[in-house]
Amino acid sequence: MKLKSLIAASILGLTAGGALADGHGGIKVGMITTLSGGGAGLGIDVRDGFMLAIAQSGRTDIDVIIEDDQQKPDVAVQLADKMIQSDQVDVMTGIIWSNLAMAVVPSAVAQGKFYLSPNAGPSQLAGAGCHQNYFNVAWQNDNLHEAAGAYANTAGYANSFILAPNYPAGQDALTGYKRMYEGELAGEIFTELGQTDYAAEIAQIRASGADSVFFFLPGGMGISFLKQYADSGVDLPVVGPAFSFDQGILQAVGAAALGVVNTSQWSKDIDNPTNAAFVESFQAEYGRLPSLYASQGFDTANLLISALEVAAPADADAFRAALKAADFDSTRGDFAFGPNNHPIQDIYAREVIQEGDIFTNRIIGVALEDHGDVYAADCKM
Amino acid sequence: MSAILIIEQILNGLQFGVMLFLMAAGLTLIFGVMGLINLAHGSLYMIGAFAAAAVAGLTGSFLLALVAAMAAAAVAGVLVEVVVIRRLYATDHLDQVLATFALILIFSEGTRWMFGSFPLFLDIPDYLSGPVTLPGGIQYPLYRLVLIGAGLAVAAGLGLLITRTRIGIQIRAGENDREMIAALGVDISRLYTLIFMLGAALAGLAGALVGAIQSVQVGMGEPVLILAFVVIVIGGIGSIKGALVGALLVGLTDTLGGIFLPELFKLFTDPATATAAGASLASMAIYILMGAVLIWRPTGLFGARA
Repeated sequence: MKLKSLIAASILGLTAGGALADGHGGIKVGMITTLSGGGAGLGIDVRDGFMLAIAQSGRTDIDVIIEDDQQKPDVAVQLADKMIQSDQVDVMTGIIWSNLAMAVVPSAVAQGKFYLSPNAGPSQLAGAGCHQNYFNVAWQNDNLHEAAGAYANTAGYANSFILAPNYPAGQDALTGYKRMYEGELAGEIFTELGQTDYAAEIAQIRASGADSVFFFLPGGMGISFLKQYADSGVDLPVVGPAFSFDQGILQAVGAAALGVVNTSQWSKDIDNPTNAAFVESFQAEYGRLPSLYASQGFDTANLLISALEVAAPADADAFRAALKAADFDSTRGDFAFGPNNHPIQDIYAREVIQEGDIFTNRIIGVALEDHGDVYAADCKM
Repeated sequence: MSAILIIEQILNGLQFGVMLFLMAAGLTLIFGVMGLINLAHGSLYMIGAFAAAAVAGLTGSFLLALVAAMAAAAVAGVLVEVVVIRRLYATDHLDQVLATFALILIFSEGTRWMFGSFPLFLDIPDYLSGPVTLPGGIQYPLYRLVLIGAGLAVAAGLGLLITRTRIGIQIRAGENDREMIAALGVDISRLYTLIFMLGAALAGLAGALVGAIQSVQVGMGEPVLILAFVVIVIGGIGSIKGALVGALLVGLTDTLGGIFLPELFKLFTDPATATAAGASLASMAIYILMGAVLIWRPTGLFGARA
């Protein structure tokens, strides 16, 4: 009897001990990102960058649960509920699109989870809706457009024609450009979201007498616009945010993008050892060049790992302080969080060039130095 | 707003319209003759574009790419017809919608599996690129002019096929009375496969032609599919002539609406509101057109009078 209960007790103790070790050492990360549909390229890059950093850290105690949101807000909300309630994740990340982030992030952080955004940075979450557990590791949505406006000033453009799709991020884009740009507007158009033919808009650009064009048309829309613009015979200089010039879609645009200036917080030729190692190892691992999205995923994972070195998410205050310190080697070089947990960073102007058979970007200058965002003033944490 | 800009926009509308016609022609024949709602028609368009991009990448020839696009879409169309669609002719439309919707998902994820998630490169060949100067000093991309010409040539060819050939007679007879032409000894299942193949090849051709100036990516067919349905409803289901007129109407309405509605609103309100309101109304314009046509003629412009 005694022996039996002793064995039982020790087994119990062992399992309990095991569970205890698991609870203290193992970290669960829930990644909700877009892995199917037309926007899958972005989510795949974020995931691959993130997992590369986890693998390089050599930590085996970080368990990443990856789910596909199909770019649908309702699916993202369901996945978030499942991760929070049944998987009991400590930290969440991965969302690409601002409308999905708005559906998931506020409730996740209200339930005490940490959320690290590798991409979406809607103004609502940077201003009045900011939260101490929400960290954006990419940019606030307006940032790259503001940089494009600043670049237009230095390039001497005085009469820009601007266009973006008619949805919240598109309106933010034009607002962001106009915030920095000091010249006149030759025209301002909202196109349809998902539009594939821009002949009508290009004809208006031709007739408008503009001296430059700013556009924000992410993904396939940008590919269509650039190909049609190059074929139209209009040869005004074009400037835009990096979203239409990332490594994933440049090959599909081809020579039509050559020489176009775009703004980005990251580029593969930013000169620091972390970035050089990242570009080389990403290429070795996945057989393609990384995009800015991949760099954002990579930085997000490294930020997480740097904070885990200091404290566990269970110790929320210490973990939060460790995240806020941003004590990691970013692929972007200098990186810090502002008062609203959004990045303060340099934003570069890049030019599309051809290296062998590959179309890629080269930095031609800094558009904005140590740039934060205007919404930080509204953030009361 | 200059005359040159208006003429250029009319050309743009025409070009958009004839490309819609290539999609709508197949859709209207399949719906008209077989009574089948084929949601997977957009996938055939995508297959055409991907096949063209793959072959253009390998051989560098745009003409070969077009041939490959038509062939790939036709083969996919025949496979789909024989394996799946053939079982659905007798069932009601809901089953057809469900099955062809499943086909969309299968084709989309299959394409992603084969080609990856990133858009492919397909460009206009050098000899068709760049603008030409039309009489009156209008600069217009040569490729778009070629698209208008190619679309109208296909329309003319289809018209001849329908009105002047034995196959055309069988197709028209099939639209009127399926059982009767089967009773007259026409091999109806072969006729169906043939029509499906023809429709698929046209969709594939449209995908390749349009893919050269747009983005070749998974899911590119679905937005066009919706417009193609609007076209055949406006034109009258089953009518090739209706599909042509409907496609040109939709193309012109969509293009010109996007230009003139914001201008119109600027007469009443400030520019920012006018731009936003005009853009919103412009994206509704073709649906308003469809509604108006249906009130005036419930079976569409050239539809059979019920």
